[in-house]
Amino acid sequence: MAEENAIEVTNLTKSFGDKMVVDHVSLEVKRGEIAGFLGPNGSGKTTTIRMMCGLLRVDDGEGRVLGHDIRHEGPAIKREVGYMTQRFSFYEDLSIEENLAFVAGIYGLGRKAVRDTLADLGLTSRRRQLAGSLSGGWKQRLALAACIMHRPQLLMLDEPTAGVDPKARREFWDEIHQRAADGLTVLVSTHYMDEAERCHRINYIAYGKLITRGTVPEVVRDAGLSTFVLKGPRLAEAQRLLRGKPGVDQVAPYGVDLHVIGRNRVELEASVTEAAHATGSEACPAETSLEDVFIQLMGEAQDNME
Amino acid sequence: MRRIFSLGRLLTLIRKEAIQMRRDRLTFAMMLGVPLMQLLLFGFAINSDPKHLPAALVAADQDKYTRAMVTALEMTGYYDFTYPDATPGEAARLIASGKVVFVVTVPSDLGERIERGDHPQILIEADATDPAAASGAISTLGAVASDAVLRATGQEWDAKARAARELQVVVHKRYNPEGLTQFNIVPGLLGVILQMTMVMMTAMALTRETERGTMENLLSMPVSPLEIMLAKVLPYFGVGAVQVLVVLGAARVIFHVPFVGSIWLLFAGILLFVMSLVILGYLISSVVRTQMQAMQVTIFYFLPSILLSGFMFPFRGMPGWAQYLGETLPLTHFLRMIRGVMLKGAGPADVAGPLWMMAVFVLIFALLALSRFRRTLD
Repeated sequence: MAEENAIEVTNLTKSFGDKMVVDHVSLEVKRGEIAGFLGPNGSGKTTTIRMMCGLLRVDDGEGRVLGHDIRHEGPAIKREVGYMTQRFSFYEDLSIEENLAFVAGIYGLGRKAVRDTLADLGLTSRRRQLAGSLSGGWKQRLALAACIMHRPQLLMLDEPTAGVDPKARREFWDEIHQRAADGLTVLVSTHYMDEAERCHRINYIAYGKLITRGTVPEVVRDAGLSTFVLKGPRLAEAQRLLRGKPGVDQVAPYGVDLHVIGRNRVELEASVTEAAHATGSEACPAETSLEDVFIQLMGEAQDNME
Repeated sequence: MRRIFSLGRLLTLIRKEAIQMRRDRLTFAMMLGVPLMQLLLFGFAINSDPKHLPAALVAADQDKYTRAMVTALEMTGYYDFTYPDATPGEAARLIASGKVVFVVTVPSDLGERIERGDHPQILIEADATDPAAASGAISTLGAVASDAVLRATGQEWDAKARAARELQVVVHKRYNPEGLTQFNIVPGLLGVILQMTMVMMTAMALTRETERGTMENLLSMPVSPLEIMLAKVLPYFGVGAVQVLVVLGAARVIFHVPFVGSIWLLFAGILLFVMSLVILGYLISSVVRTQMQAMQVTIFYFLPSILLSGFMFPFRGMPGWAQYLGETLPLTHFLRMIRGVMLKGAGPADVAGPLWMMAVFVLIFALLALSRFRRTLD
């Protein structure tokens, strides 16, 4: 149990029919780290996570999760990993308490674990309520509580905050960070950028391929993008002018600003200055955001596909 | 060992199944109410030895012999002469339109022939589109004819005096294992009802988890295929036990079905049958992907098993290939077992064949189901 990495997989590959959903993806997640797993819809995040928890067979590639071979030691992985599915997948026709008692029974935990979890959640008084009648935020809290009841060493969360309000999301992330501080390793998939920024490291996957990984500043730096912000009265016109100009890769309005992003700083600056001149707006360089990087990467990955 | 099977995990899984079963009120009510309803409905409704079938009489002159003949036929209980004086043309239309099932034609010289001692003949046309319905009625004809001949050989006056008695037609229904009366239908219904609920409910066991998305969660936990199978299947033994008690009780109290054999032998046979059914249902569940498909496969399985098992039609009446097909259905063997034990008082040695066959089904279905089970979501 001395490995430094909780997850260490190389060249994971999975096809459904003749469609390659996960294409030689390699991942490393250090113990105690919160790793973000990002990518657009249908990029293969869920499939990769399922392969790592032993829920899907691996077509090719190999690796270890908590030191267990993902190809042959599925049962051992299942005992030590907590997996929170994208869709609420506890029993809606069972009460909160019955669901927790079910999970406790499967992992051989006592009644005390159920009572403690109910108390932690603040759901003791509502324990007889059917899980199906809970709101999205509560369902998510229940699912998380059920997933960590058996004190897993690694938690895999598949888009845990979809359909959850900002306050509940904030509380959720506080909880995750607290657990990580106690030594829990977390792999969380998301497509919210603010959530990505809450992770220690991020891995970006698109169209089944791992595109980039690292800390947020690293990813932004490695992307090598430059950004200019235009402010002025005729932004819509400026946006039209900038489309397709040399050096301009993305033009995106942000409220009263217009963000112009490109890889080639010299060409970009020339185009932006020209457009600013023509529309009477003001241009100044700005920080590139993670979202801009991802949109850029997504576009490039798509181009590679075609 | 704890990795493959743990009693604690199994009990946890079973508890969960039981709660879900209880919460699904409609299905639960159906599982307990439907057997009783079906039993009452089919027990009283299904009768393939129908009596009082409408008949037409074509007679040139309605002399005493004709009247005696008609009375004799009506006495059998099979014939009701709703058209006692039809012309041949009318009679042909009546039978074609289905208003009558039989046409009895008495030749004009019947009286003369009987008095002469000549062999008298009457013609009975039966609508044989439903052979089962007409067979009982046709079987009484020989008796009626021979009575007429018998009477003709006696003295005329004597014959007249004894006419009423002599013409009595006694239908002797000898013991007939496929005689399809309530005694036969009710034990058979137990098999059909058990099959209906057990297979259908368990067929949906896994697909329900898959469709609701809970399968992903269940599989991500350390449970083994054996535990899941047992947990899905065992609660239905309880439901099955209640159904068995209800049907057997009703058979006794409402239908007065005789019960001559050993009750423990019967229970052993029923247990084997239920095991084969729930595991078959589970096998279906492990093959199909949606609850809809599970229903379709179940119904696809029901029809041949009801038609070819000997429940509805005599097993020995089927051609060889159909009998072979029938042999592959657990219901066939269950029917042999329950009819043997309940009605004929068969002992363990007599029903060893069906019992073994059902045990073999249990084993085959269980092995197939466990090998089919998808431990992963692939």
